[in-house]
Amino acid sequence: MNLQTLPFLLAMIVVAVGLYAVVCKKNLIKIIVGIIILDYGANLFLMLTGYRENGLAPIRTANMNADNFLNSSVDPVPQALILTSIVIGLGTVALMTALAIRIYEKYETFDISEIKQLKG
Amino acid sequence: MKGMTIIVKEVTTLVIGFILLYSINLILTGHLTPGGGFVGGVMLACGFILMVLSYGKEKVNSLISDRSTTVWDCSGAFAFLVIALLGYFAGDFFANFFAQPGNFRLFSGGTIPLANIAIGIKVGACMAGAFIALTLFRGPAESFPGGKL
Amino acid sequence: MAILIVLSLFVILAAIVAVEAKDLLSTVISIGAAGLMLSVIFLMLGAPDLAITQVVVEVLCLVLLIRTAILREDTTFEARRDRFIVAAGLVGAGLLVAVAYAALQAMVGFGNPLMAADPESLTLANQYLNHGLEKTGAANYVMAVLLDFRAYDTLGEATVIFCSIIGVYAVIRKVGKTTT
Repeated sequence: MNLQTLPFLLAMIVVAVGLYAVVCKKNLIKIIVGIIILDYGANLFLMLTGYRENGLAPIRTANMNADNFLNSSVDPVPQALILTSIVIGLGTVALMTALAIRIYEKYETFDISEIKQLKG
Repeated sequence: MKGMTIIVKEVTTLVIGFILLYSINLILTGHLTPGGGFVGGVMLACGFILMVLSYGKEKVNSLISDRSTTVWDCSGAFAFLVIALLGYFAGDFFANFFAQPGNFRLFSGGTIPLANIAIGIKVGACMAGAFIALTLFRGPAESFPGGKL
Repeated sequence: MAILIVLSLFVILAAIVAVEAKDLLSTVISIGAAGLMLSVIFLMLGAPDLAITQVVVEVLCLVLLIRTAILREDTTFEARRDRFIVAAGLVGAGLLVAVAYAALQAMVGFGNPLMAADPESLTLANQYLNHGLEKTGAANYVMAVLLDFRAYDTLGEATVIFCSIIGVYAVIRKVGKTTT
């Protein structure tokens, strides 16, 4: 087991747990939670790729040595991508929650195996 | 939805100003310190949600309704697009066309603080509107088994 | 590194508890714990922006999910779930982890990204770090990337949020619907 790739593997295990919840669970809330966990795993994996050993946050202050900062800052690009990804995840969670509420109003259950009549 | 007890209302009255001030601080200094439009906007929405939950929806209906959140949402998105289009004065879409007097100051970011303000308004209005839609718009099935909010 | 692995294991544990809990309230609270640990990981990895955002988004997510889950009566069904589906899901998740393990052997190790080799090289991150301050004037490089260099991403993201909220309104509201 290579220790340098262990954090990436743990992030992929988080993704696998989310995938299992999405595929196997029958409760709508559990499926929403599975999609949130998938989101967490993807964000964690993307964040780990940009990290540098003993890295600083990519924020400069006035009394900071420029060369020292360039040699020790972490990658700012994955952080920008994850920042948009987190907020989009919140929007999708709101949409899925609205759908779950309407499905509950119509069928009075969260069980997806009971929702079989797909009539308007 | 009646609101909560007197203790929750008093604590909300004390705390809500600091929450909104901190979110505005996060939005305005997003280009110098950690923060920015997204997190400031979501925190703004959290402050409004706290008000809705503690006071009840009838008391705050004049301040935050579904209509006002929609208007703020659209105006924030439109302001962001206008900032992007104004970049054509400098020759390009999203060009940073303001003068930048020095670094590490509040007005040193060019268009970035303006875009932060637009994004903050947009995201905050979006999230508050989503919560209000999920809370206030109740269907005919008002009597859920235990669904009294 | 060791602290990072312990925190990642905690995230995995909270995720498994959230998936397998019997009660929906336990599920929602466990997903909150996982998100909180994720924000601590972000803080350790040098991303304070993401840590703040993760905490605030987690709180809002929790409010929405509790609003959905707790007020409804849970008619649970997990007793009669299909064993074949569970076995297939476990095999699929294990296969994903195995393939990921095989693929990760070809990756550069943790803590040594490609930008770290030569600060003057022409990779994207090094270009942003070298010229970000004098081109945009923003001392926070994440905001410089987000709102200046890659502002198209932010425009698309604003569009996506707008569409999702329009979707929420369209799904939830009752106006114009005549069937009861």
